[in-house]
Amino acid sequence: MKSAWVMKGMLGFYILLFFLYLFGPLIVMGITAFNTPSYPQAYPFEAFTLDWFVKLWNDRNMMQGLQNSFIIGLGVVALSVPAGLAASIIMSQIYHRARGLFYLVTISPLLTPGVIIGISTVIFWKDVLGVTEVTKAIFYKGVVLTILGQSSFISAYCLLIFMARLTRFDRAQEEAALDLGASYPQVFWHILLPYMKPAIVSAVVIAFLSSFENYNTTTFAILADKTLVTVLAGQVRQGTTPALSALAVIIIGISLFGAITYEILKRREKKRAEQAQKRALVAERGDGQGDALPAPSSA
Amino acid sequence: MPRSAWLCRKGNWPVSSRFVVLVVPFVIIAIFWLLARREAKLRHDPTHKGYFERNGMTLGILFIVLVALWALFLVVLPYLYMVVESFHPQLPPSKRGGPEDVLTLEQYKSFFVQPVGGGLNVTHIGALVFSILASIAVTALNFAICYPLAYYMAQSSGAQKVRLLMLALIVPYWVNEILRAFALRLLLASRGLINQALMGLGITDAPIDFLGIDVGLYVGLSYAYLLIMIFPLYNAIESLDKNQIEAARDLGAPWWRIHRDVVIPYAKPGIASGCTMVFMLSAGSLAAPQFLGGPRTLWFTSVIYNFFFQNFNWARGSAYAFILLAACIALVMLMLRLFKVSLGETIK
Repeated sequence: MKSAWVMKGMLGFYILLFFLYLFGPLIVMGITAFNTPSYPQAYPFEAFTLDWFVKLWNDRNMMQGLQNSFIIGLGVVALSVPAGLAASIIMSQIYHRARGLFYLVTISPLLTPGVIIGISTVIFWKDVLGVTEVTKAIFYKGVVLTILGQSSFISAYCLLIFMARLTRFDRAQEEAALDLGASYPQVFWHILLPYMKPAIVSAVVIAFLSSFENYNTTTFAILADKTLVTVLAGQVRQGTTPALSALAVIIIGISLFGAITYEILKRREKKRAEQAQKRALVAERGDGQGDALPAPSSA
Repeated sequence: MPRSAWLCRKGNWPVSSRFVVLVVPFVIIAIFWLLARREAKLRHDPTHKGYFERNGMTLGILFIVLVALWALFLVVLPYLYMVVESFHPQLPPSKRGGPEDVLTLEQYKSFFVQPVGGGLNVTHIGALVFSILASIAVTALNFAICYPLAYYMAQSSGAQKVRLLMLALIVPYWVNEILRAFALRLLLASRGLINQALMGLGITDAPIDFLGIDVGLYVGLSYAYLLIMIFPLYNAIESLDKNQIEAARDLGAPWWRIHRDVVIPYAKPGIASGCTMVFMLSAGSLAAPQFLGGPRTLWFTSVIYNFFFQNFNWARGSAYAFILLAACIALVMLMLRLFKVSLGETIK
């Protein structure tokens, strides 16, 4: 089968090209972070330096932006994760004729250009908060508006994550708890919420990350304040400095670390699940004498 | 209506009549609520439990408050308000709500006809057309790049390999948009690595201005939304039964017919959703055109951006934003109709 080999070779070449496209620009940028010339260049590599990282650390604007990005990220998580969860629960209970409209409304921010979300947020809240001088002074701020604007579409991400998990929820569990005398709020706190926990964790992570790296909505809603991304945008517009490459190196480093940790945890979890299954099998064969087996090790 | 009369009389409140439109969503909610009440009464079901009975008072109220805050105050009302704003003239804050603050189509007219001079507004119409055509091109490009990999991941590799590939795909996307545009600029600039290589190899004598001829723009947009395309494709192809492909192969179908007649028709909802997302995102993107576009290239979002930050004409900016949204949605709907995919399938 000669043609199969040709196909395989072409496929390999294609995958190589694909990942070269994906990683090439980032690798080149990474190299420029350690090179001395003040115009970021990868070749010729003149001398190794860490100066650009020091420069980055001393950039007051960037640090201020980073701080705001964190505050906004936390605000967005605090607002969109509960909103998404509540919406997913209401979605499963809402009057059936209204469900389509409700779905359309809550998902629409995902299909709306971020620019438009930013603009509408500013225009609307400027007038709403401008009704009294006090609210204007306290709340009409870039950080607040950015939290509101970003939450409008990040809540939709959360809703989708929660809905995916909620559809697999076994209603029999709820009924069993109710039959045993639990109240509805108890069912929520002790059955539904623990069941949703993995989805909540991923919603928190995704909400924070998408808030952190958002540009289109933020650039309008941030007004006179700044976030890390808007500071970056300003610097890229002014020109190019290897300090930006240094920042990218840090971000890539953190995400690689996160990705690898995630992979290790996932593998360990899989192994543990397999072991538990094995133990369960053994226990079953032992005809209900599972208690006599050695206690499961904590590993 | 006495309510609107009351609102208009209080002319010193700068927002006055604008708020009348914002009552609409509440009316719709009330209609649905009444419908639900009526239906529940007509079809009396003793096992049916009311909303508050099911969730408890505290949680029930909490859910409603959260969802209302989001769906109404962060989504519907700001959108409506922006649309209302676009039908108003541009006025200094002191005159807002005054006698000059009337409904007008002036902002929309200014998109087609230049306010000064009166000629056809070629610049802005051109910018919109260019943005949309370029976004279509980027969408097609991304589909072509991503389809083979998505197919390979979904059909011919083990679970372990898929997870590693997924991780490799996700890691670059943790680097934000601006830095990715910056990285591409380092490659494509006239002093960039690609030009260095081309000149070093003696292929060209002078650097090629990749950014000036918009190569940077297309590459930047494609690069930014690669992942948005690959995941829906992967999800759609993954659920296709391998036996179907085997059967087609056994019956002697060549590889391209397998894709044309089996895989692509099956994965159509996924393809539609990937393409819709990539198209909407690139048409609404701001970073790639700003940092990678040529000096003469005008992206429509940049026009909107300038109305807000240079001309401070919010009303006209709102009208343009609405034009962009309407044009994009109309095009997506047309495409979905053309390829016979329902919107419901796409956003799932």
